Amino acid sequence: MFSIEVKNLTKKFGQFTAVDNISFTVKKGSIFAFLGPNGAGKTTTIKMLTTLMDQTSGEMLLNGFNPRTQSNEVRKTFGIVFQDPSVDDELTAYENMEIHGVLYKVPNSILKPRIEQLMKFVELWDRKDELVRNFSGGMKRRLEIARGFLHHPKILFLDEPTLGLDPQTRNHVWNYIKKLNQEEETTVFFTTHYMAEAEKSATEIAIIDKGKIIIQGTPDELVKKTGSENLEDAFIAITGHEIREEEANSVDGMRLQRRMWTRK
Amino acid sequence: MNAIYILWLRQIKRYFRSRARIVGSLGQPLLFLVALGFGFGPIFEKAGGGNYIQFLAPGIIAMGILFTAVFSGIEVIWDKQFGFLKETLVAPVSRFEIMLGRTLGGATVAIFQGVLVFLLSLLIGFRPELSLLPVAIVFAALIAIFFTALGTALASMLDDMQGFQLIMNFLVMPTFFLSGALFPMQGLPPAVAAIAAINPLSYGVDGLRGTLVGGAHFGLFTDLGILSIVTILSIAFGSYMFSKIRV
Repeated sequence: MFSIEVKNLTKKFGQFTAVDNISFTVKKGSIFAFLGPNGAGKTTTIKMLTTLMDQTSGEMLLNGFNPRTQSNEVRKTFGIVFQDPSVDDELTAYENMEIHGVLYKVPNSILKPRIEQLMKFVELWDRKDELVRNFSGGMKRRLEIARGFLHHPKILFLDEPTLGLDPQTRNHVWNYIKKLNQEEETTVFFTTHYMAEAEKSATEIAIIDKGKIIIQGTPDELVKKTGSENLEDAFIAITGHEIREEEANSVDGMRLQRRMWTRK
Repeated sequence: MNAIYILWLRQIKRYFRSRARIVGSLGQPLLFLVALGFGFGPIFEKAGGGNYIQFLAPGIIAMGILFTAVFSGIEVIWDKQFGFLKETLVAPVSRFEIMLGRTLGGATVAIFQGVLVFLLSLLIGFRPELSLLPVAIVFAALIAIFFTALGTALASMLDDMQGFQLIMNFLVMPTFFLSGALFPMQGLPPAVAAIAAINPLSYGVDGLRGTLVGGAHFGLFTDLGILSIVTILSIAFGSYMFSKIRV
């Protein structure tokens, strides 16, 4: 039984091919690491899987549903922690959690205790009524993660979930992910730049570079195939030493403009 | 609680938390009321138009609603850039519900802003007829929903705030100035009269003026009918454009 099936998936932006004819499957209840250098096509793939972007060609199925034609069914089955911020910083931490719970139709009797439990878990409960605007980067990240866990999805997408978190919090968050994975058979699909994290937690790994999946297997298989000592060396052996550029986004410019327009 | 309600509530909370924005956006209507109201008042009266503040106030109330409504709609761009839009777009809620919740929230805020301008105009010397006040609120609501939905539609097509100036200068400002908010519709040059007649805000201003001071140019039923139809069209257009958003 597969949670995710992808066949010949391609995404082009004009002349540029971001995702180039990739195929893979993710078994139900597995922890799948989707690794690759910056700009390899990881986030684009996640956007297509999570109904945010249409593919140029190819097929996808999530729990048997097609993200393009059955987007509402697909949206009911997954949860996602995005790579970049997606909390409303003009609302309080609690309100952000509450909106998420209502959008995902978590029953009221479950919602309130679970919000409390998760916010205590990421140690934000005592600041629940503060505007997210006043939070540090790490606190916002913790809030996003807690929010992603709120509705206990069947598939959990985590796009660099632990970016910017200290080792203690990273460890803490991974324990929770594994607990969800074991107790509820949640399928986890994650990306990360911390190879140790993938080596320790993933049951399966796919490495993508320049839009193509280069190699796939268990962490041990990847290390053995490349004759490396650990996953980090294997990753470098596979993708090379060249440093990749990612396109700059305009959020910083926007921040400045928003201050002008909202007259604060 | 459902999705429409929680997204409506979000708009309301955001509005009431930015007091600077509430006060700031009262500056312009106040300036128009004082500068135009007192500045053109004597000439308007000499020309036989009666008290200009009485004539002008409904137009400025409509302006307050127009600006706040368009701005509320445009907020979709912020949400796009700051990521919150993604959070709503991956949720198992139809795009129509999301759009409706946001639009009703933005419209509620715009109506409230209209009420503030109304109270402000009372201080300047506006003396409205209050018997049709509930109908005036219906007009305020229609103006608010129409322009919030329109703002949402436009914002859905834009990726950043660069296009905001364009919308302000080529859509919002002309809509306001060519609506009969500032001058009577009688005896206008045919070109201006024609533009005013196809401008939805004209019917909103006329409706507010008809209910608050009397003497509607098009007639209240015409105003209400046309404004209702264009509001429904604008919601349809807004939700279509919103459903096309890709982030």
